[in-house]
Amino acid sequence: MLYFSTWKTIAVLALCALGVIFALPNVLPKSVRDAYPSWFPARTIVLGLDLQGGSQLLLEVDGQALRKARIDAVREDVRRVLREARVGTTAINLDGKIVRATLREPGQMGLALEKLRTLAVPASTSVFGGAGPNEVEVAQQGDSVVTVTLNDAAIEARIRAAVDQSIEIVRRRVDELGTVEPSIQRQGVDRILVQVPGLNDPQRLKDILGKTAALSFRLVDLSVPPEQAAAGRPPEGSEVLFENQNGNKTPILVEKRVMVSGEDLTDAQPGFDQRTNEPIVSFRFNNRGARQFGVVTQANVGKPFAIILDNEVISAPRINEPITGGSGQISGNFTVQSANDLAVLLRAGALPAPLTVIEERTVGPGLGQDSINAGTRATWYAAAFVIVFMFATYGVFGFFANIALTVHVVFIFALMSLLGATLTLPGIAGIVLTIGTAVDSNVLIYERIREEFRAGRNMVSSIEAGFKQAFAVIIDSNSTMAIAALILFLLGSGPVRGFAVVFLLGIVTTVITAVTMTRMMIALWYRRARPQTLPF
Amino acid sequence: MRLIRLFPDDSNFRFVRWRAVTFPLSAFIAVMTLVLFMTQGLNYGIDFTGGTLMELQAKSGQADIAKVRETSHSFEVGEVEVQEFGQGGQVSVRFRVQPGGEAAQSKLVSDARRAFEGEYEIRRVETVGPRVSGELVQAGTLGVVLSIMAVLVYLWFRFELNLAIGAIIGTLHDIVLTVGFFLITREEFNMTSIAAILTIVGYSLNETVVVFDRTRELLRKYKNIPTEELLDLSINHTMSRTVMTATTTALSLLALVLFGGQAIQGFANVMLYGVIICTYSAIFVSTPMLIYLGVKTSARAAADAKADAAAREAASRAPAAPRGMA
Repeated sequence: MLYFSTWKTIAVLALCALGVIFALPNVLPKSVRDAYPSWFPARTIVLGLDLQGGSQLLLEVDGQALRKARIDAVREDVRRVLREARVGTTAINLDGKIVRATLREPGQMGLALEKLRTLAVPASTSVFGGAGPNEVEVAQQGDSVVTVTLNDAAIEARIRAAVDQSIEIVRRRVDELGTVEPSIQRQGVDRILVQVPGLNDPQRLKDILGKTAALSFRLVDLSVPPEQAAAGRPPEGSEVLFENQNGNKTPILVEKRVMVSGEDLTDAQPGFDQRTNEPIVSFRFNNRGARQFGVVTQANVGKPFAIILDNEVISAPRINEPITGGSGQISGNFTVQSANDLAVLLRAGALPAPLTVIEERTVGPGLGQDSINAGTRATWYAAAFVIVFMFATYGVFGFFANIALTVHVVFIFALMSLLGATLTLPGIAGIVLTIGTAVDSNVLIYERIREEFRAGRNMVSSIEAGFKQAFAVIIDSNSTMAIAALILFLLGSGPVRGFAVVFLLGIVTTVITAVTMTRMMIALWYRRARPQTLPF
Repeated sequence: MRLIRLFPDDSNFRFVRWRAVTFPLSAFIAVMTLVLFMTQGLNYGIDFTGGTLMELQAKSGQADIAKVRETSHSFEVGEVEVQEFGQGGQVSVRFRVQPGGEAAQSKLVSDARRAFEGEYEIRRVETVGPRVSGELVQAGTLGVVLSIMAVLVYLWFRFELNLAIGAIIGTLHDIVLTVGFFLITREEFNMTSIAAILTIVGYSLNETVVVFDRTRELLRKYKNIPTEELLDLSINHTMSRTVMTATTTALSLLALVLFGGQAIQGFANVMLYGVIICTYSAIFVSTPMLIYLGVKTSARAAADAKADAAAREAASRAPAAPRGMA
């Protein structure tokens, strides 16, 4: 006897009700959703950037630059340590990740090794007491050469930390732009995905994220004329940087030693100079920065210093009097916009390494809306085609399949809302496609029922046999589809992944709706109508 | 009410016999596809080549292609492709990867934006760096290869190895012919195309599995029946379902082709073609292939094994005889 137990019927109906409840917020206006009691599901499907319009940038942290900066720092450390220990050297060379110091007196080898070993501290210490790998390894090479080698594992750890830190700084910078709900995620080892809905022109975003924003205050070295230093070799401990003034670059010789760096800033704000009315950026140091800046300016009254951002001199003013108040201002060819941007950058802090935009995708709001409209239209038409065709082929059984199909679409929306999944344009295509494939399970069952009936079985027994026989093939055919969809989900990214999600969910829900729900409807129908023959 | 019946009941078409025509035909198309692939190559989108794609919409509704082309070339950025598409003055402009790295690419994008934004609405801008495009190629290829292997394992587990191999041959056939579609139509090949191919892999197997499931069942039911007849029966029994599902899927894809809009049209076209190819290959390629993959009823297999054993015995005895003579 075709039997469908009462509790099963209740379970199926409850599941349908849940589906409707979770899918409903997507079609309700926001005002209604806001009026929901707090425990009621009000989550909606998130629209992908390709549908709502917006901009997406994939940034890569420049590990190479980080490595370079690190080895440069190690070289400076070696120089400093040896000088402080009064160990004379004839050369300190860089060779890849190795710093090679040649001692003047081979007799000082013991002292040099001892002092340099103080550099070989663990790069990071974990909470559980275990020390991380040493930052550098110190070794003797021949009689008079000491090598200090940068450790790969330590560098890796630093790159990882740099990516974490970069994400934080990118977040602060993007937040400062005042955009709506930006999303910033790590992707892979050294990448950051920034998505900003509604942003049409990402140029300003790129400008802001493209700057490292490493600020430093350093003294100007007046020992050699800057032109001469630029042409030849700058004195030890100094370097030539350029100031950009209305397009022409003026060389300035500055000390490598940093008086105060951007890390010691507590605030930066755009403003206007009271006398000239030019846009400026005013800043404030923390205690340490203020003290240090005070001491250095006191000792160098009358000399110029340079304000340097990302290896470019913004301005090089003269120290007229000791600056002890802990605050100051930067002027130098700013527009209102660029002063504002600089203030944003200074407040957010410097990136540990430069970021490169390796992928950019921007969709205008017009195209997004067009895609939604076209997608919706295609979905309705597809549903209409399939529903009419199923009814025309299977009569009342087709009607059941159509109800199951409707529930199937509701379930997809409910599950996507529940999971907070993103609906993309390929995702809409996925929905349309599953409308076509969802009825496949029904078709398999119905054709089997028909076959059994024609082979001479009675109604009940053919229906039973149809469901039973078709089940294995439904599982097999859907599993192969699911495998392909799963792999697409694992390897795809962005919109394509949105397609895979919809397709996977569709496969799961169709098995439930086409098998269980249809069976229930047929059982109920049979009990009431008691037909003697199949309606198709 | 009279209901539609797309395929007659109790049909007894000799589908498998058609392999004399369909095998050479499919092989020919596959070889032609390979030749085209080698000589002409696919029209890869920026997902795989890297570069910048801009989609513009003329605010006046009428695009001046010559002027867009001239403006694009004025940036001196090497090869530029300018194409009009859809209705109402939509233009796509494609720039190659710039030699100056990310900074140069970025500058190009902002220059182009400034140049076009007066007369055109900028609908879409996509820039893919060379490294990312390389990774996408890898992910795409890996995806197709992995899915075939995973499905092979699944089918091996659920069916038998020879049925699994038959299904995979059919799927490979469908992939090759889909690539052929891209080659002939010059449709852009991008990450969405990979999604289409993977979906076609899924659909192709779905079609084949339904027929093979019936083959498996008939193998249990009939103890002694010629393989060709067995396969014809499998196809005839499942044919009305095959036609139904192909129709509903094609109908929904048709809705997508007609009403889904420009952005999804490429995907919809390929999928619609794919559904037709998959249906064809399930009936005329993968199922007839089973003849050569050694699918037999148990009685026939036993008889063959017996004949084999007899032949081997005869063979082993034959060379022994001369030695005995000597």
